[in-house]
Amino acid sequence: MSTIPPELQYTSTHEWVRSNDDGTITVGVTDHAQALLGDMVFVELPELGRKVKAAEECAVVESVKSASDIYSPVTGTITGVNDALIDAPELINQDPYSEGWLFHLETDAALDSLLDAAAYTKLAAETE
Amino acid sequence: MAEKTPLFTHHVALGAKMVDFGGWDMPLHYGSQVHEHEQVRQNAGLFDVSHMARLDVTGPQAQDFLRYLLANDVARLYPGKALYSCMLNKAGGIVDDLIVYDRGEAGYRLVLNAATRDKDWDWMLKQARRFDTIVQERADLVMLAIQGPQAATRFTEVLDADKATLLHDLQPYHALETNDLFLARTGYTGEDGLEIILPADQAVTWWERLLAAGIQPCGLGARDTLRMEAGMNLYGNDMDENITPLMAGLDGTVAWEPADRDFIGRAALEKQRQEGVKQVRVGLVLEDRGVLRARQRVITPSGATGIITSGTFSPTLDRAIGLARVPVDIGEYCQVVIRNTYCDAHVVNPPFVRHGRCLIELSPV
Repeated sequence: MSTIPPELQYTSTHEWVRSNDDGTITVGVTDHAQALLGDMVFVELPELGRKVKAAEECAVVESVKSASDIYSPVTGTITGVNDALIDAPELINQDPYSEGWLFHLETDAALDSLLDAAAYTKLAAETE
Repeated sequence: MAEKTPLFTHHVALGAKMVDFGGWDMPLHYGSQVHEHEQVRQNAGLFDVSHMARLDVTGPQAQDFLRYLLANDVARLYPGKALYSCMLNKAGGIVDDLIVYDRGEAGYRLVLNAATRDKDWDWMLKQARRFDTIVQERADLVMLAIQGPQAATRFTEVLDADKATLLHDLQPYHALETNDLFLARTGYTGEDGLEIILPADQAVTWWERLLAAGIQPCGLGARDTLRMEAGMNLYGNDMDENITPLMAGLDGTVAWEPADRDFIGRAALEKQRQEGVKQVRVGLVLEDRGVLRARQRVITPSGATGIITSGTFSPTLDRAIGLARVPVDIGEYCQVVIRNTYCDAHVVNPPFVRHGRCLIELSPV
């Protein structure tokens, strides 16, 4: 059974979103998704300062099995990326909600359209 | 409804992620595909490969039939010897690839791909009509592969002394039979190892015995990355009915001699050999970051195009590798289009890895 922290928000495309104190958000891949994808071997991260729209493709994670697009949960600007993943993409498998984060986003968008943990738990169960 | 091997519930109990493969519900991995891959390269791994089709060919004209059916020549075999061959259509295209074992008085045993089972069966029965031979499917048997440098040693530990002695003398690409057990020193990983064929009702006993001996269960995911590193084709990816052995890096598996042996596809292949092939199979190593995948486009220095037929991230080389079908004059370097970006790749002659060792020169990324 995968971990779905109650304090985070989620997308239907299996990204998690953490609201930070400085007003930015942190985005990563859920534990459920990393388990489905398998061993990560390559990550392509967005450029700093890039403006992204909600649901826009902005990163790629590749496991031995397949490549998966990562979508921006909301409209905003990329203010940080997790460079550690370039040499250690397996951090996404080992620690998806902390060391395995993908990028920071500065956004004015409301986050209330995102899923809460209960809704994502239901969605994850359907894509087992 | 997907077919299941007798070990299905055991795979699930071990936490396997199950996937459909050629109509079979098979384990993809048991937690980490890369870990399983590394175990096979360094130690030993256990695979359920019961989805593969097993056919016995018997009767007075079994040899004549197979000499006509297959591009390689079973007359080169002797009892206990194995042979890899393509089965071709009239145009020289590959209907399937298979291993055939010579069982002496008992005839021949063929192991074919799961996804092509029905097609192979129809094709073989059609071709067999002219011969006094019987083709029988052996759905009553299952097949396990134990692969890796420690495979034979670990397997010997679970055998009684008599069988262990027999196994000790078993050479690569040979097989032996003892009671219900068919033991072959063959595989699809580029490592030493065994493939064993046994009655379905003994599948669970042997599976548990081999796990208890500490052999890592491995899924089809690791099987795929292992075979790619070993430079081995996968039917449906790297070859199909429109591809001849000469275009698939399998020239060496076509037995041209004796010249008077008539086999299906011979005329077409000889014509192609005479005219020269336009496309060949090569190995690629990505020089940039990223992962090679099947169906990515290859661009040669002269601007001609080819295609990647299998690609992955190689755990042993820590680099993306692929098999590709490209223009014959490709040269040493090319580019691969990955998500609209042109990435540099080095053209190499597979295999990439054999017996745990890298066989190609890697330049730093």
